[in-house]
Amino acid sequence: MLHIKCPHCGMRSQNEFSYGGDASVKRPELGKEISDQDWNNFVYNRKSLRGKHWELWQHLSGCRQWIKVERDTATHEIFKTLKANEEIS
Amino acid sequence: MSQSFRLENVGLINKNKKLSFKFNGKTYFGYEGDTLASALIANGIHLVGRSFKYHRPRGFFGAGVDEPYAIVQLFRNGETEPNIKATEQELFEGLEAKSVNCWPSVNFDIGAINNFLKIFLPAGFYYKTFMWPKSFWYKVYEPFIRKAAGLGVASIKHDKERYEHKYEYCDLLIAGSGPSGLASAYAAAKNGARVILAEDKARFGGTLLTSEVNIGNKSGKEWAEGIISELKEMPNVTVKNRSQVFGYYDHNMLVMSERISDHLPETKKFHPKQRLWYIRAKEVLISSGSIERPIVFGNNDTPGVMLSSAAKEYLKVYGVLVGKNPLIFTNNDSGYETAIEFKKNGIDSIILDTRKDPLSEIVEEAKNLGIKIKFSYVVVAAQGYKKVKSADIAKLSDDKEQLGKIENIKCDCICVSGFWTPTIHLASQSGNKTKFKEDIDAFVPGSSKQKEKTLGAANGIYTLDETLKSSFEAGHEISKKITNNDNKISFPNVVEKKSTTHDKFWCVPLPKGKNYKRFLDFQNDVAVSDIEIALKEGYRSIEHVKRYTTLGMATDQGKTSNLNGLQLVSKIENKVVPNVGHTTFRPPYTPVSIGAIVGREVGKHSKPTRKSPMHSWHEKNNAVFVDAGVWLRPRYYKKGDENLFEASKREAKNVRTNVGVCDVTTLGKIDIKGPDASELLNRVYTNAWLKLPVGKARYGVMLREDGIVMDDGTTTRISENHYHMTTTTAQAANVLSHLEYYLQLVWPELNVNVVSTTEQWAGAAIAGPKSRDLLQKIFPNSDVSNEGLPFMGYMEGDLFGVKARIFRISFSGELAYEVNVESDNGNYMWEKIVENGEEFRIQPYGTEALSTLRIEMGHVAGSELDGRTIPYDNSLEGLLSKKKDFIGKRSLVREAFNAEDRQKVVGVVPLDKKTSIPEGSHLVKDSNAPLPNPKLGYISASCWSVEHDNPFSLAILKDGKNMIGKKLFVMSPLKNKVIPVEIVSSHYVDPKGERVRS
Ligand SMILES: [Zn+2]
Repeated sequence: MLHIKCPHCGMRSQNEFSYGGDASVKRPELGKEISDQDWNNFVYNRKSLRGKHWELWQHLSGCRQWIKVERDTATHEIFKTLKANEEIS
Repeated sequence: MSQSFRLENVGLINKNKKLSFKFNGKTYFGYEGDTLASALIANGIHLVGRSFKYHRPRGFFGAGVDEPYAIVQLFRNGETEPNIKATEQELFEGLEAKSVNCWPSVNFDIGAINNFLKIFLPAGFYYKTFMWPKSFWYKVYEPFIRKAAGLGVASIKHDKERYEHKYEYCDLLIAGSGPSGLASAYAAAKNGARVILAEDKARFGGTLLTSEVNIGNKSGKEWAEGIISELKEMPNVTVKNRSQVFGYYDHNMLVMSERISDHLPETKKFHPKQRLWYIRAKEVLISSGSIERPIVFGNNDTPGVMLSSAAKEYLKVYGVLVGKNPLIFTNNDSGYETAIEFKKNGIDSIILDTRKDPLSEIVEEAKNLGIKIKFSYVVVAAQGYKKVKSADIAKLSDDKEQLGKIENIKCDCICVSGFWTPTIHLASQSGNKTKFKEDIDAFVPGSSKQKEKTLGAANGIYTLDETLKSSFEAGHEISKKITNNDNKISFPNVVEKKSTTHDKFWCVPLPKGKNYKRFLDFQNDVAVSDIEIALKEGYRSIEHVKRYTTLGMATDQGKTSNLNGLQLVSKIENKVVPNVGHTTFRPPYTPVSIGAIVGREVGKHSKPTRKSPMHSWHEKNNAVFVDAGVWLRPRYYKKGDENLFEASKREAKNVRTNVGVCDVTTLGKIDIKGPDASELLNRVYTNAWLKLPVGKARYGVMLREDGIVMDDGTTTRISENHYHMTTTTAQAANVLSHLEYYLQLVWPELNVNVVSTTEQWAGAAIAGPKSRDLLQKIFPNSDVSNEGLPFMGYMEGDLFGVKARIFRISFSGELAYEVNVESDNGNYMWEKIVENGEEFRIQPYGTEALSTLRIEMGHVAGSELDGRTIPYDNSLEGLLSKKKDFIGKRSLVREAFNAEDRQKVVGVVPLDKKTSIPEGSHLVKDSNAPLPNPKLGYISASCWSVEHDNPFSLAILKDGKNMIGKKLFVMSPLKNKVIPVEIVSSHYVDPKGERVRS
């Protein structure tokens, strides 16, 4: 079970969180023209990387905040966690 | 039989407490402190089971966790449990156990015929032999294997025992209480660290209980006892025996299984049987020791052949002789210790040492005691079927490839020592990259991935002095890092016998003309010849060889077999062992009971139960409940001996003719506040929300980004910047997360807050033509006329002193309202509604009637909004705004979503107006078409229409919009039904929607 540092609450066990996918995905702006290809990439296509990966988690059974977590998908090492409004560096 | 193999005045057991127990139906006696194994051996019992494949007789091989043979079926307090190691099961009064994998009995086992048919059971036999002819698998092979094989029977009864889970945090978890565990725990604890020390066995101390050493002028055992009693007194230390740390998971989470009651005849009141500990440790010290390796020789699985360390443990801990005429077969000094213990108790043994007269303190001692030693000698084969009777021995040539003349000597047991294998399972599970240590012929932990360190014998350190020194130091260093304290313990003086190097000899060659089975894996019956076949057939990777031969795949995970298997592969392949590599160790280290894994989450405890504030009223009024997610909802209210069908029909009919009341507390409710609340709704819902007036409700549909309908519900504008959103019961949690996702990550500029208020409001739906009359009666001061409170209107009212929210919304298609009050007043509201509704013939209705009403009026719900349908499919395309963008809109232009014959919701009526249509049935054009019959659609929901008094269903049907009036067939192969039906509009009742506006 992973041990994730919620930037709001501190170290908590994985079972308080739910996984939310790739954090680098940006939703296209509302009302803007977008090609089928770009839209499909946003909705369906994910890289499923092996290695360092920024991903979203929600502290569901805690502060309910969505957070960004930099995790190695192969080793589960967590390098950094950020609040929703903090930019991935 | 008396305990003829028990010694007087030896052992750590309590001879003052005699215990009776049964094995295979016969009564025996042992003592408190015995294991089932030690008690059986004391009684001269060595035949305990049959081997897995060849059904050869099996006895005891070890004295603890490494035991591959002695697995029994245990009976305790009316329960039965399989896969119990006799070497680990402590004896209690009244214990009963039976042999497994034998039929009809352990003495006469029909499967033993496999032993003579072994030519048919070589490596890969599961893959080869049983593959053809194919039809034989079900009729012949499988029933045969099932009957004759297996390691016990799982109980099919409900387990009445209690199992618990516990979460714990510590600075330092130490797995194993041998010398390294005790030393490191003591040093760390004295330095202020929060320590958990776990010991698998009942007794602390590990090898200190059996080795002849001296620490600080005390015997090893006394020193261990002193340390343990001191640790137990310290507030920062938790000491646990009968506790196996069996799994090392990510981020230093370890799981430990504590056997609290397994050693007692029955579990004490209010005690659990076992407890599973989830331990998050800052640092972990692995002090799991080492396991003695066997030497491979002919018939080395015969009962009476066992590890020499086990023989010593039975003697020193339990006061039990494994034999009275022992033969010791060793390649190192350890075998001598066992021989010396035998000698001290008046038993003369013969030592066969593969080495040439090595110079060693302990060999000298054995010589001085007059123990007979044959150097450069090996056991070629054990003789005897159900117990060792003699051994064929021979002199080994200098190159260790040739055997001299075979001699036969009498013996009743063969104690084997092939040196020691560090127990690296936990380290390996943690992700540690293990490395091969040449001088001990075994793998040891290498570079750490997590915060762990391995100590003592588990790290390949086999001298006590070095083990204690390095362990004291490790405990001190690690605790210093955590606590910043620097309290050092003075190091005790250690006296131990010096050992010399072992002989890298592990497998005795076969004598000419003999074809003895030489076993590597004793639990899965894998012999040297099986590995040879696998390699001959082209298997190279050790992982493949393992799976093909099943080497190391039994419940003991190859604790005694892995290294010898690797030695063999490396020898045949002419590679060094580290290049062969070893297979991955995975948790659990030892079998864990399913009960412990499940814990308290059994039956009703497997999930929380949510009840509405009106629950007790429902109970008192004969409600029959149904699980709706985690909620309990009344399904119907039983009158007399009504069944579900009759009751729900009565309730639904009463809504259509008079008035009904339904508990809708479970609907998800989300309070939305902030200046941008309207904007959020406008982006989340498919229809327009910016111009909804205060005091009005609107029906809305929300999509996922892929265009699939996520949820629907009504949202009401309470005030300028305040909305009350409702969701379906099932999607309530997901919708809240969905809103939080967009507010926190996608549109943080929106100034809005959302919070779940599902449990803050109790809700009652009042539906039926007389609902307004009733509403007027309970809100005498409010204008609830059609003008005062029109369809989709909202107002606040006073319900006999309680503040209420009144929504004019309808799920049933009738004139209907929903009243919400604060949860604490829910029951009060409900009673007032029922009391005042009497004159209008009010009846409560449950979820079954609720479904009937919504189905026949064509209101889509969860069974249509099933994560596979878009708005068009549900005839909700009218709610798609063309003027604005919203979540998922861009996906709706996809080609498939706009196909001419796109599926759509329709109504379905059986032609005979009688036959009920099973939900999930398929719609086809021709009921006699050849299979696979093309499916045109499926039945999503069925009811008995109370309006038309015939069955009615909703279906999602291909080209639904052009199918109205067509005749099709409903097919349900599961229910064996073919029903001719007509397709009708999904709005079977009040298609113009006049009633809700009346
Ligand atoms: Zn948090």
